[in-house]
Amino acid sequence: MNRKFFLFGGLIVAALALGACGAPAFECDDAIGCVDIEPGAPVKIAVLQVIAGELTSLGLDQVRGVEIAVDEIGGEIQGHPIELVVEDEGCSAEGGTTAAQKVVADPQVIGIVGTSCSGAGVPASQIMSEAGLVMISGSNTSPRLTSSPLGVTKGEAWQAGYFRTAHNDEVQGAGAANFVFNELGLTKAASIHDGDPYTEGLVTVFNREFEAFGGEIVATTAINKGDTDMRPVLTSISAAGTELIFFPLFQPEGDFIVFQSAEIAGLEDVVLMGADGLLADTYVESVGEEGIGTYYSGPETPTGSIYDDFLAAHQEKYGEAPIQSFHAHSHDAGAILFAAIDKVAVLDDDGTLHIGRQALRDAMYATSNFQGITGSLTCDEFGDCAGQLIQVFLLDDPAAGISGLRNNAVFSCAAPCK
Amino acid sequence: MAALVDTLRERAVRFSLLSFLLWIVRIGAVALAVWGTLVTLSSGVFTAAQWKDFLIFGLAQGSVYALIALGYSMVYGVLRFINFAHGEVFMSGSMIGFFVADSMAQSGFWDSSPIAALGIVLLASMTTSTLLAVILERIAYRPLRDSPRLVPLITSLGMSFALQNIFRGLFGAGIKTYPVSPLLDGFITLGGINLIHKSQALVIGTALIFMLGLYLFVERTKTGKAMRAVAEDKEIASLMGIDVDRIIVITFAVGGLLAGVAGVLYAQVFRQVNFFTGFIPGIKAFTAAVLGGVGNIVGAMLGGLVLGLVESFGPSIVLAGLGIPSPHQLKDAVAFVVLVLVLIFRPSGILGERLSREKA
Repeated sequence: MNRKFFLFGGLIVAALALGACGAPAFECDDAIGCVDIEPGAPVKIAVLQVIAGELTSLGLDQVRGVEIAVDEIGGEIQGHPIELVVEDEGCSAEGGTTAAQKVVADPQVIGIVGTSCSGAGVPASQIMSEAGLVMISGSNTSPRLTSSPLGVTKGEAWQAGYFRTAHNDEVQGAGAANFVFNELGLTKAASIHDGDPYTEGLVTVFNREFEAFGGEIVATTAINKGDTDMRPVLTSISAAGTELIFFPLFQPEGDFIVFQSAEIAGLEDVVLMGADGLLADTYVESVGEEGIGTYYSGPETPTGSIYDDFLAAHQEKYGEAPIQSFHAHSHDAGAILFAAIDKVAVLDDDGTLHIGRQALRDAMYATSNFQGITGSLTCDEFGDCAGQLIQVFLLDDPAAGISGLRNNAVFSCAAPCK
Repeated sequence: MAALVDTLRERAVRFSLLSFLLWIVRIGAVALAVWGTLVTLSSGVFTAAQWKDFLIFGLAQGSVYALIALGYSMVYGVLRFINFAHGEVFMSGSMIGFFVADSMAQSGFWDSSPIAALGIVLLASMTTSTLLAVILERIAYRPLRDSPRLVPLITSLGMSFALQNIFRGLFGAGIKTYPVSPLLDGFITLGGINLIHKSQALVIGTALIFMLGLYLFVERTKTGKAMRAVAEDKEIASLMGIDVDRIIVITFAVGGLLAGVAGVLYAQVFRQVNFFTGFIPGIKAFTAAVLGGVGNIVGAMLGGLVLGLVESFGPSIVLAGLGIPSPHQLKDAVAFVVLVLVLIFRPSGILGERLSREKA
């Protein structure tokens, strides 16, 4: 009797142990939940970019960057194919909200690469953060999204799980002001933004840093997206007696500034300087000869053999050279996300992939010396991962297109650029 | 004596709280505008030449608004609905004009004989817009002639979106930049002073010529008289032997033609066109038509010019004078506040009163 009992008990224990060995039940102990990907099911990554309208090149360029990053790792993570779900964020707060809500409605989506514009990034990052996702942008540059001053104080719109490989405009604004004051030797500047967090943030930093150098901001004003007649604004600026106009806008408003400033009395010798929002093939083509002599601040153009390989892959896949300036950052954003997923994913014997959402965030915050196209990237506690290298480009040969412009740097600096 | 007291009492009762508030709004708005202007004037920020520039920018922008507003107003006159697809009619002319201009620029014709080239672009744009307006009338509005007025209004919104997306599908979403005509590069100078940019002179001049032509057409020709008769009363007009359908088609055609002219002029001032170009000028021109008194042709012209001037002077002069930061961002707000104020003062628009009394 006793022996039988022990035998029976022993059998149960053995059965339990065997069962555990055969299908080790994955227990999700992640603070904000896990994503379980069935065998053969894809690893879903949302790509939020502006892919329609006037700013298509800004978004399309980055979608391509991510696609190449997918190709580089063979299109899969631990046997699961990577599926990119591309959504248009329209470069607006409304567009960012809609796209992000659509993304978080699918519980299988692990993370977001995007957005293109900081204006869309502010609401999108809030929605994704509440849903427990991670998000990494290749071109959001507004200081509000991470930290201002850089690495010191949390930005107003900071969200847990938000990262970016683009520079912080704290650095770009300082770099632009540095260039104008120290390289061009100008002491009076005016600035125009359009109410977008990107343009407004950049203008704020530029004004502050330019005054810190000892320069004078004689006028700072704003226009609306969609405005066409810049002549009254430019006349007001001309009346203020400036030597340079800093206009970190997008298309088509930026084009109008260039065209119409030629018609305003008193602006004949005033230097025009834009920013990375205008570093697009369509912009260079549009302003053409009339843009000669204008300056643009932006992220450093990558160099080196990794970038050459990327360019070759890009040429082969899309039949043209990159059309904007953030493809490399977007590629790196995708690559960092894929590497982090690969690191935290747990593969069951039956082929199910488990990804802890908090574990993924932690892995991304722990990113250190990641070798990307844009350099060696380390993410700080606010989500800034970029190398923070800024250049200023001079448009002198519009026929050479966007590549010509991005290879014509006249000034470089690294954070803090002061 | 008792009668006088009664009258006064009646007056006092009629002078209700609402009208009291409205008067405060009126006085407050005028006082703010005057105050802002005076501050800017006394600070002496702008030179006389810059004041003149503001005037010219306003007139150039206003003439484009006025030309488009005429189309809204004329259609409203005969059919009593707002054709919201009119902004797209304007854009279509500008877009086709671009392809003509661009091909001429590439062949060298644009630079070798600029006057002929501009004429061809103008013709192409006018033809496109006229045709599109007539087609719209035929396929979208005529089948709805007897429906309630809201139905064609909603249809026009639908046509507006449909046309935008058709043009986006056909020609892409990219921005198309017009070549600069050598004729219009630079300023007209008088004694070494830059008087006016040539493109703006062309815009203001052409718009005035076409508006004068339209005025004469409506007031002096038999067809014009028929148009006025149809606007007055369709049924009686048809009893008098007027072919109402024909007159309505002519109204759309004339509106489209003016929108085509506006399309080319807009392109000379702003140099760019894309599928979305018609939207904002369309809304502004609609505002101009309401401002001037919708249904009234002279009102539409006046409304357009007033709106252009308000947008040009409002932010730089009035708002800056009031010390509002980034005043130019409020350009649209200023324009629409002026619309609201005008409608408070004159509910049927600047020139609308005579017409509305006739219609009543």
